[in-house]
Amino acid sequence: MLLRVEDLHKRYGKEEVLRGVSFSLEKGETKVIIGPSGTGKSTLLRCINRLTEPDRGRVFLEDVEITSPRVNINKIRAQIGFVFQDFNLFTHLTALDNVRLGLMRVKGLSKKEATERAMRELARVGLADKAKAYPAELSGGQQQRVSIARALAMDPKLILFDEPTSALDPELIGEVLSVMVELAQSGMTMLVVTHEMGFARSVADEIIFMEKGVIVEQGPPEQLFKSPKHPRTVEFLRRITELYGGEK
Amino acid sequence: MSLEHWLKVWASLPVLLQGLSVNLALLGGLLSLGFFLGLVFAVLEVYGPKPLRLCAALYSWVFRSIPEILLLLLMWFGPAQFGVRIAPFTAAVLALGLRSSAYQAQIFRGALQAVPAGQMLAARALGLSKFQAVRHVLLPQALRLSLAGWGNEFAVVLKDTTLAYAVGVVEVMRQARYLGSREMPLTLPAYITVALLFLVLTYAGLFALGALEKRLRIPGLEARR
Repeated sequence: MLLRVEDLHKRYGKEEVLRGVSFSLEKGETKVIIGPSGTGKSTLLRCINRLTEPDRGRVFLEDVEITSPRVNINKIRAQIGFVFQDFNLFTHLTALDNVRLGLMRVKGLSKKEATERAMRELARVGLADKAKAYPAELSGGQQQRVSIARALAMDPKLILFDEPTSALDPELIGEVLSVMVELAQSGMTMLVVTHEMGFARSVADEIIFMEKGVIVEQGPPEQLFKSPKHPRTVEFLRRITELYGGEK
Repeated sequence: MSLEHWLKVWASLPVLLQGLSVNLALLGGLLSLGFFLGLVFAVLEVYGPKPLRLCAALYSWVFRSIPEILLLLLMWFGPAQFGVRIAPFTAAVLALGLRSSAYQAQIFRGALQAVPAGQMLAARALGLSKFQAVRHVLLPQALRLSLAGWGNEFAVVLKDTTLAYAVGVVEVMRQARYLGSREMPLTLPAYITVALLFLVLTYAGLFALGALEKRLRIPGLEARR
């Protein structure tokens, strides 16, 4: 088992955002988390690499307990890629330097090695020709692909995607999704929060439906989309179909 | 104030310029000290653990509260009370530098806080330590945002170097005074000449900072056109 999440709890003031979430992820698996806004999906992802400290519960990456206070969290984070909704590329660095930074400062690669590696990852997301461009000179879709390259370059065991296409214009969503589909097919382990049901259906090994801080239902896409068991899942899928006009 | 007096003052220009070089040395010392300490205190105030954050805030408050001339005199007379003699030049650099660091800390703090929070998150998510994130991601952006405010601080402290006069540093104001005391009618031309020198220096400094701003410009931030 690559990732195991046990009984995670997180509270912001009075609001309990996570109320005991448990699941696991095998190596090479892609799981997609769906659910209404404000139900703790992003918080869950951030608790996994402790960008947000969970109040209770445990997270294991392979056999290492990430949530243990004795663990060197920087070492762990270097093994877990994170792709943000709004990209968060470093604005003062070119695409190449964005990808190189972690390689040089965290992995300790020489500039030459880091450059080679970074160029390879930029080519993988189809942006080798934009290596010298600054984030502000790239479209949203291109920025998100650079941020995926930045995560990939670290050779992570797992990548967490936090609504990677939600900040994009509709015509730019496709280019990001196709990179993600390729990744999933290449055997990368991925945990993806998204509203892209088409992506979820075609790529996910399992769908997790979350609402109000708990997992309501989980299962393979066929089962969850065709014959959801829980009335809340039915309701959510109906609403999302209305909003996005069904699957592509 | 006749032409003859002006000519005499201009004949003494080398002396005034030599005085001015002392002001420039003071400026270099106090700006460097202020920059270094200001940066440290700004980072502590934004990212430090609570006790250090409070210390940084306290520091900024103290050194922005006490009149500069008083700081100078305290730095000059204070240590002497305990048998520590420091040169007037050193006392001036320390007093003015500590004061400037308190102001610079607030310039840098504002700039650090203006960098979107996602930048820190992305840096930490890559595995960078907090210190590395500040060093490689936050500061490069914040320092760019600081340049305009820092130009202000530069213009202020450039003039403040003349306060060193009060503790006996022989800088440009004192040289001007010497000219005036040698021959009373030289006083006004000498002072006016010093004023002109400062006009030139401020212009040169701000021009250099403007050029630096242009050089460090990154796409996506507004630029002065």
